[in-house]
Amino acid sequence: MSTVLFDAPGPRTRRRIFALNVVGAVIVLGVLAWVLWGLAGKGQLTAAKWNPFLTESVWGDYLLVGLWNTLRAAAVSIVAANVFGLLFGLGRLAQSRLVRGICGTVVEFFRAVPVLIMMIFFWNVFSYVPGPWGGDAPFYGVVVGLTLYNGSVIAELVRSGVHNLPRGQREAGLAIGLTPAKSLRLVEVPQALIAMMPSMISQLVVILKDTALGYIITYSELLRSARLVGSTFANYIPALIVAAVIFIVINYTLTWVAERVARRLSSRTAGTTRPAGPATADAGE
Amino acid sequence: MGGYLADMAELLGEFNILGAFWVNVQLTFWSAVFAFIIGTVLAVMRVSPAPSLRWAGAMYVNIVRNTPLTLIILGCSLGLWGQLGVILASNEAGRVDITANSFRLAVLGLSVYTAAFVCESLRSGVNTVPAGQAEAARAIGLGFGQSVRMIILPQAIRGAIAPLGNTLIALAKNTTVAQAAGVVQAASVMLTMIEFRPDLMVAIFLVVALGWVLIVLPIGLVTTFLSRRLGVAR
Repeated sequence: MSTVLFDAPGPRTRRRIFALNVVGAVIVLGVLAWVLWGLAGKGQLTAAKWNPFLTESVWGDYLLVGLWNTLRAAAVSIVAANVFGLLFGLGRLAQSRLVRGICGTVVEFFRAVPVLIMMIFFWNVFSYVPGPWGGDAPFYGVVVGLTLYNGSVIAELVRSGVHNLPRGQREAGLAIGLTPAKSLRLVEVPQALIAMMPSMISQLVVILKDTALGYIITYSELLRSARLVGSTFANYIPALIVAAVIFIVINYTLTWVAERVARRLSSRTAGTTRPAGPATADAGE
Repeated sequence: MGGYLADMAELLGEFNILGAFWVNVQLTFWSAVFAFIIGTVLAVMRVSPAPSLRWAGAMYVNIVRNTPLTLIILGCSLGLWGQLGVILASNEAGRVDITANSFRLAVLGLSVYTAAFVCESLRSGVNTVPAGQAEAARAIGLGFGQSVRMIILPQAIRGAIAPLGNTLIALAKNTTVAQAAGVVQAASVMLTMIEFRPDLMVAIFLVVALGWVLIVLPIGLVTTFLSRRLGVAR
């Protein structure tokens, strides 16, 4: 609650707030009723449209398969993106100007190109070039696209994490005789990594949401299997709503964990542990 | 090598890649306008004194922010149009203008999605204003409306420029997801070009990627400049 904006309300203001609250509640309920009424009017709330979700086959044959593919792609991507991000983040902090320049260019490039464009490119690379990936081109397209983009975001997190540490940390490292590289490795990066944990968990949400882009490059993730349910049982809207609910529940849980972790970790680093604001969290999709 | 470049030049001549990017720019512009309007309303709701409005604003942001954009856009085209028959553009004959309709549905999806992030950016701008500013405003006798208008908002908007800029960049890149609604833009042209000449895949990717760098870099430079120039020094 933004205490910046209000004084403690007096009796007259309290009455006014109460009236505003009632009006607001009526408007919100009105909008909800309008949506439900519209859906019912188009026959979207009938039992026939929703009953398939009570059967085992819809979950076992479609949704859970899609969910597994979504989680699988997200899990591989997050591991690969962390490795990529750590390497290039350290590269951007390197002593050598050449290494800094190369890593900086790579990171900025992959941050500027839309994930979908990268996915389309790597999907085609894996389909046309023979290799161990075989017929799994959409999966690898999704994973490589997500890795390059989110790895670049994590590289930025590493760099800003180190820069946001109090300067005394580095100075103290140098004062006890560490070389700049050693001070980076032994003092700064470990603290920066703890400080960026919450942001990295927020980045998980971005990765999980972005796996849905795989729908466009024919990867059979949750959204595609929901669409398949929709075409099989002629219930597109309920199927999309169920898929959305699954995504929301998982992502909301991750966000909640990120906030808990931020509070617990704040004593273990000189940096600030805040989950990424909308500024970084939405950068993906 | 010369043959490769000549092939690429010929391919670029055959496909209207600039026109495709222009569609992305238009999608970005209209979605930015609508997202800013919806986002401002949401931000006002989220800081308003009425708990019901605060709750509704928070619900909207939490639901939309945790849903994949692809799902929202697919919901607009497959759900709103395909199932519910919502039509946003028709031609003179009264039939659906498919191109314009897909475009508008994509704008709808992008706006609804981006509005949640606009709202959070504006709110984070309000949070950059120290409580002392509002306390000082009340201490000199300004009312709620006066202090919001003259003290809080001018500082909050200046503090929100950087996150709003990031949101705009994300929106520009997200316009490629309009592919899910069948809007022909940079991603679709790239797909057709690769399908047509898979041997030129790498060059095609580099050209399209360069186009995105050219769109995204200026937005980033301008918003960084503005946020430094207009930001409130504390």
